[in-house]
Amino acid sequence: MSGPTRDVVGIEDLTVSFATDAGDVAAVQGVTLSVAAGEVLAIVGESGSGKTVTARSILGLLPETATTRGAVLLTSKDGASTADVVTLGRADLGEVRGRDAAMVFQEPSTALNPVYPVGWQIAEGLRAHGKFSKKEAREKAIDVMRRVGIPDPEHRVDSYPHQFSGGQKQRIVIAQALVLDPGVIIADEPTTALDVTVQAEILDLLRRCRDEFGTAIVLITHNMGVVADLADRVAVMYQGRIVEQADVRTLFSAPQDPYTRQLLSSVPRLGEGRARTQDRADSRTRAWESATPVVEARDLRIVYPGRLRKPDFVAVDGVSFAIRPGEVLGLVGESGSGKTTIGRAIAGLTKVTGGSLQVLGTEMNGVREKRFRPVRERIGFVFQDPASSFNPLLSIADAVAEPLVVHGRAEDPQDARGRVDELLEAVQLPKAFGDRFPHELSGGQRQRASLARALALDPELLIADEPTSALDVSVQKRVLELFDELQRELGFACLFISHDLAVVDLLADRIAVLYQGELVEEGTGAEVLGNPRHPYTQRLLASLPVPDPDEQARRRSVWEQLQGT
Amino acid sequence: MATAVNAPEASSGSQPAGRRRRGWRDLPVLRQVQQSVGLQRGMLVAGLVLTGFFVLTAIFAPLLAPYEYDQLRDATGPFGAQQEPSADHLLGTTVGGYDVLSRVIWGSRTALFVIVAAVIFSLLLGVLLGLLSGYFGGWLDRVLVVVADAIYAFPALLLAIVIGIVVNGGQSSLFGGILAAALSITVIFVPQYLRVVRAEVVRIKSEAFVESARVIGAGHWRIMSRHVFRNSTRTLPLILTLNASEAILTLAGLGFLGFGIEPTAAAEWGYDLKQSLSDVTSGIWWTSIFPGLAIVLVVMGLTLVGESLNDLADPRLRSRRRGSAAPSDVAETSVAVGPYTAPVESPGGTDGLERPTDPQEGQR
Repeated sequence: MSGPTRDVVGIEDLTVSFATDAGDVAAVQGVTLSVAAGEVLAIVGESGSGKTVTARSILGLLPETATTRGAVLLTSKDGASTADVVTLGRADLGEVRGRDAAMVFQEPSTALNPVYPVGWQIAEGLRAHGKFSKKEAREKAIDVMRRVGIPDPEHRVDSYPHQFSGGQKQRIVIAQALVLDPGVIIADEPTTALDVTVQAEILDLLRRCRDEFGTAIVLITHNMGVVADLADRVAVMYQGRIVEQADVRTLFSAPQDPYTRQLLSSVPRLGEGRARTQDRADSRTRAWESATPVVEARDLRIVYPGRLRKPDFVAVDGVSFAIRPGEVLGLVGESGSGKTTIGRAIAGLTKVTGGSLQVLGTEMNGVREKRFRPVRERIGFVFQDPASSFNPLLSIADAVAEPLVVHGRAEDPQDARGRVDELLEAVQLPKAFGDRFPHELSGGQRQRASLARALALDPELLIADEPTSALDVSVQKRVLELFDELQRELGFACLFISHDLAVVDLLADRIAVLYQGELVEEGTGAEVLGNPRHPYTQRLLASLPVPDPDEQARRRSVWEQLQGT
Repeated sequence: MATAVNAPEASSGSQPAGRRRRGWRDLPVLRQVQQSVGLQRGMLVAGLVLTGFFVLTAIFAPLLAPYEYDQLRDATGPFGAQQEPSADHLLGTTVGGYDVLSRVIWGSRTALFVIVAAVIFSLLLGVLLGLLSGYFGGWLDRVLVVVADAIYAFPALLLAIVIGIVVNGGQSSLFGGILAAALSITVIFVPQYLRVVRAEVVRIKSEAFVESARVIGAGHWRIMSRHVFRNSTRTLPLILTLNASEAILTLAGLGFLGFGIEPTAAAEWGYDLKQSLSDVTSGIWWTSIFPGLAIVLVVMGLTLVGESLNDLADPRLRSRRRGSAAPSDVAETSVAVGPYTAPVESPGGTDGLERPTDPQEGQR
């Protein structure tokens, strides 16, 4: 930042409460914040900490059930006018929105209206503020599209949202926010829905927004790597209050508040798992190398039939790998790379269309459900979304007992209670939680119960499909540690699917990288992450933001070089 | 790590924030009354009062009604036709010489029988077919949906008349008449239940917990009965109340057209209305007003209950008290008490709509 800084946003003693069925709930209490012109302020915190509510109050975008107290002062970019958003009427609010502050949403595919061309949507803000003719608005839209890096904007301006990729859509959402040249942009988890490689591009674009347009950015995120990459200053929120505010370097190097320290220590870092993997590899005997693999895929091919004369979609193409007993294979890839499809095929949820997939001695290509059912007993599965993987009407104990009952190890859930209590204890949940219903547990607790259910039959193979991606980072850490402990104790083989390289690196003995249905690289963590050979792996690795501002600045230059080539 | 996890969670065994004691306030309808405010509450309570009045009248009809439904004379002689309201006959008598008040009160009993029978029949059949159709899909699903659509295409009353004739073959005893009316209503309603349950089943079939049951190795029957069935019945109470009111209208329509129950077998409001047609023009108001009013009030009561339940089940339609200017303390967003534990996410699954959720709910 340079020169005397002027605040574009000043939040003073903001308190927001919501009317709910359970009475009033305060989401934000006594928050005081300011954002200087041209500054990137990151608000971090776990879900429910009030960071989104705080940021949305800057635009007056809170729902009707909200009651706001305090002051939110929004100054226009040239410093000519200042308004208190809390007290503004509907018409004045419309005047301020877009001109002084704009918003970038999390999910670019839902933030754009599918029935209008993107140029029209970008120009909508211009029309709403009524200063431009149709032609001028169109030219401005083309101009801003060029500046956010959409190639060939003269033609693309008439395209519809579905004709753009996810990353481009997010660029258009940012263009929409920039077109009126606002003083501040509120970016609510702008990269959470995007793949890591796309995320790096969007972060780069946001950095340029600040440098070229001089726009201040309020960045809401839970990803500390993103914070380290982009932010100038950080505010940490916990339970509706700001617990710490500091310069980004100070925060990462010398966090003051215990919560901040705990948050930072929970973030998985690349290379943390390397020593552990080495230990495990050393302790293995020669004979293990030649043991029959639990899962062996050879030229595995999975095709989803196309509908309505569209061509078939090849989700997995010629993939070969093996998982030996007691080994953890990490499967990494972006959305659409086919990693989940492979996991589902091993569990018999998706049909194998070509090649060979041996699961615990059963060939899955053309297998019949009847023949596979006995094998299911030896496989556990942990699902991604802890919210929907439990039947909401069964208690946790009943749900965990389900596999025991189905496979005849217990008469009914009551009969299985002893074993269920053991399992709950093994995943570090109190026994009393067995009588609760899924909605009475938090995400992390539910994911632990899910682990207990998957382990109920003492499986030889566990498939974990993004088990921690729906969890907050502090919760994720504990679930991963638990997972590691149980794996060591029980010695099951595991296919661990994730999009997060750092998480996979923590747990996996070997890492396999998938790209567009093909296996591009496989090896130990040290091999794949330390010395990636495939260009895609290199790009993936360089795109991953690390929670350390100085280290991240260095990585960013590496990434920029890769982009250049 | 183990200590960090165990300490907070073990201490929270007693009453965590997300858990409430179950009691009479949690009974299905009472909870909605508690939840509602303002106009919505007024509508719901009005509907409940009307419906409750109707059900009580039907149950205690023998005590309330001054005469039998087919009684034409008492000790002092015949009642006489089209008598004006008087001390003996509070609401007068009909053209056939029956007491209007008694017919209206006994009529509620017939209506209740028909509603209960029709709802039970269509519920059993519709839910079962919907479950099979949605779960297995394929040709069975297509055939059932086509048949349901075909039934939709017929005028409901016409269909009811045909079924009525088929079932009772022209005769109409109390039992036969009620059965005929109930079955004809069933035929009209089964497609509705089928479609609603099928849609829910198709949605739930793709939820992770059903997949999880498949991975465990549970059979189709177990998945359907234990995991899918109970989760797909959420919207049924709403259709049920709305259908009950439609059942009354269909019954009255059948009676009005002469395909209902004979006056000697049971009292029926539609039949009485038809008999009073000619009275209207000759200034005899009491024979048509009261059976008509009975139909309107019962239908209105049931519809009010159904519509209010429908609105209350949806958090977007439910009105709430405004947040007060002075908020309480910051909500405990964590289930487990203690430092830095996981926050409650908005609960997934079917209960989510009716439970207190996190403060950001309104934004989604």
